[in-house]
Amino acid sequence: MSTPTLEKHSDALDAAESGASHLITVTLRIRRFNSEVSDEANWIDYQLDIDPKERVLDALHKVKWEIDGTLTFRRSCAHGICGSDAMRINGRNRLACKTLIKDINPEKPITVEPIKGLTVLKDLVVDMDPFFQAYRDVMPFLITKGNEPTRERLQSPEDRERFDDTTKCILCAACTSSCPVFWNDGQYFGPAAIVNAHRFIFDSRDEGGEQRLEILNDKDGVWRCRTTFNCTDACPRGIEVTKAIQEVKRALITRRF
Amino acid sequence: MQIHKYDTVIVGAGGAGMRAAIESTKRSRTAVLTKLYPTRSHTGAAQGGMAAALANVEEDNWEWHTFDTIKGGDYLVDQDAAEILAKEAIDAVLDLEKMGLPFNRTPQGTIDQRRFGGHTRNHGEAAVRRSCYASDRTGHMILQTLYQNCVKEGVEFFNEFYVLDLLLAEVDGVQKTAGVVAYELATGEIHVFQAKAVIFASGGTGKFFKVTSNAHTLTGDGQAVAYRRGLPLEDMEFFQFHPTGIWRMGILLTEGARGEGGILRNKDGERFMEKYAPVMKDLASRDVVSRAIYTEIREGRGCGPEGDHVYLDLTHLPPEQLDAKLPDITEFARTYLGIEPYTDPIPIQPTAHYAMGGIPTNVEGEVLSDNTTVVPGLYAAGEVACVSVHGANRLGTNSLLDINVFGRRAGIAAAEYSATTDYVQLPEDPASVVVAQVEGLRNSTGKERVSEIRNALQECMDKNVMVFRTEQTIKEAVEEIAHLRERYKNVSVQDKGKRFNTDLLEAIELGNLLDLAEVMAISALARKESRGGHYREDYPNRDDINFMRHTMAYREVGADGTESIRLDYKPVVQTRYQPMERKY
Repeated sequence: MSTPTLEKHSDALDAAESGASHLITVTLRIRRFNSEVSDEANWIDYQLDIDPKERVLDALHKVKWEIDGTLTFRRSCAHGICGSDAMRINGRNRLACKTLIKDINPEKPITVEPIKGLTVLKDLVVDMDPFFQAYRDVMPFLITKGNEPTRERLQSPEDRERFDDTTKCILCAACTSSCPVFWNDGQYFGPAAIVNAHRFIFDSRDEGGEQRLEILNDKDGVWRCRTTFNCTDACPRGIEVTKAIQEVKRALITRRF
Repeated sequence: MQIHKYDTVIVGAGGAGMRAAIESTKRSRTAVLTKLYPTRSHTGAAQGGMAAALANVEEDNWEWHTFDTIKGGDYLVDQDAAEILAKEAIDAVLDLEKMGLPFNRTPQGTIDQRRFGGHTRNHGEAAVRRSCYASDRTGHMILQTLYQNCVKEGVEFFNEFYVLDLLLAEVDGVQKTAGVVAYELATGEIHVFQAKAVIFASGGTGKFFKVTSNAHTLTGDGQAVAYRRGLPLEDMEFFQFHPTGIWRMGILLTEGARGEGGILRNKDGERFMEKYAPVMKDLASRDVVSRAIYTEIREGRGCGPEGDHVYLDLTHLPPEQLDAKLPDITEFARTYLGIEPYTDPIPIQPTAHYAMGGIPTNVEGEVLSDNTTVVPGLYAAGEVACVSVHGANRLGTNSLLDINVFGRRAGIAAAEYSATTDYVQLPEDPASVVVAQVEGLRNSTGKERVSEIRNALQECMDKNVMVFRTEQTIKEAVEEIAHLRERYKNVSVQDKGKRFNTDLLEAIELGNLLDLAEVMAISALARKESRGGHYREDYPNRDDINFMRHTMAYREVGADGTESIRLDYKPVVQTRYQPMERKY
């Protein structure tokens, strides 16, 4: 095997490897709410020095660990796979752990607020129960009939590819809480639940598609979607959410999936 | 304070906890307590696959898998347990497929398999395709599939309930399981869960290191709770450093990248693993590869201005292959390093990844209070436990396997136990320890901050007990940890409230990390040999005569209240494989 000429570094690699961190001063403008202190939410500014290659989550930790321990937010994995830290950063839903300071114009105050449409419990923490209830309502599990085979069920790579995109969902709620229909009517299933229904409706092994489609044919189902593409823009996993919803709509009309 | 009553209580809702819950909910009234939401658990971060000798793409069998697991663990593996792991792997994978897991497929439609470190054909001849995978998000798919099936089975979850104590009660001279005590994060309320059986499945403890692939929430909670109740911790000196973490950040880049053909290179572009592992090369076991990387760095062949990392080179692989097989990790490189893995090598360094040790159990998941005695009603499975199927070094893809095989076993055993036994009476004032702990921290006026002590602990652990250890570095760690434990007594929190007090939560987590760091360092100091993930530069060879045995660490409290650690040892179960020199 040939040895690549590693001397020819790209500028991007050189930049990534430059050890020296140059700190910049940023203002984090955070929407704070704690019912134990006040009934009102308010914006509070925090100034901190941070390497622009760090994440917004790192900035939030700096505030919590060095300035104000009462700041409250959820987080776990810190690299975009657990879905804990969806929040509204500069007016857009993102994961704090997948958003680097340098990518969001640190010249101006960075606004951080909870995702919309779900009750705020404290600071950036919202009540996730309605979100998970909508998920559970679409029967998000494989439904099969008859006897189980001894070995695995067969599925061609093409059939597997059919629903690959929607298996990426991490249930962070960035999509659902970016949807204007969901903001106005919390009864709407929301994009994340539909994405997870899609994941099973288009799985060749599943035999519960009709049941799920009936659930989504409900007045609070897929027909509420106004195709604003907010969900697709918001998805930190790059799932084509609106496309998935459209595919479910089409399946409802044609009953083919 | 609320009191709840369940037959079976499961602590933790990652892979092991949910796999157990699926079994125990069918057989007993079960509650699952998790300090997160189930789908936030760190099982979801696992990438590369789950080992099982399905032989879908080439000849393979569970006996070879057993051997690889034992050799991978540098012969500290209990061989009866490894045999169960490898045998039951096949059904564990098939069960997940039937639950709906979207594995990648072969052209024939069966589950596809790929190569992984240390997994070989016919006892080390060459790499074998044994890892069943779903792109590079196998753990994510396992976590999602198990949660989906928990929804299907109607498993009862208590989300954001943090378990702070285990209740044991003496019945006829025997310590039996009575329940657990939990802190409800949303309200600050204390809950007592009376239970006939308790399963700990609360995950690892990697957060005592700074550069780690572990989530912020992996703070050894289950291990610490059990340890404080007088139960031993087994083999805590064995911690795995995964070779390919993103430089400085520690974010995991799957071994599957090397399984797909990725190559490690030093600053000269040399494929250095050829020197260290002539047969398996980049797919040698993780301890071997991590040591090789640090050897390259120490000898001046590291990359970058400070020569403190090496490269994971994927540039020779077709972009279509990267997109299909490794989409997440290539995206991590783009997001966090701003580089393009199609054309740039990825700067990496070993990252603290996995605790081989933990709460000792037998193969049914029953927790042991010494080398042989079972604690009736108490179970553990997954990373929190030590069966021991991983010995001194776990093979890649064997942890997703472990949580499924032993999660299932623990779930069945616990539920069957609860079906045939009565509740043990709760101790008087069952929440007293937890109330004292929580209120003590909330009301403390001490001047120490959680973040400062935690940073100091992480720096100390990275410096002294990482890939290379000596008596001197471990002693430094022991001293520093003792000092930090003193400082911790004066720790205080700024948030004095009841609702979602994560400031308080982090303080409790730090206490757990400090206890476990001390156990790790003391266990490492006493093990004067090198084996698997525990490498002593002052004792570079494996010493089967003196150290072919598991470490058992017990917390001792003297009459004057002083704490110390007592070490004991437990024999390794050997069945058919005699220890040999380990070469890859």
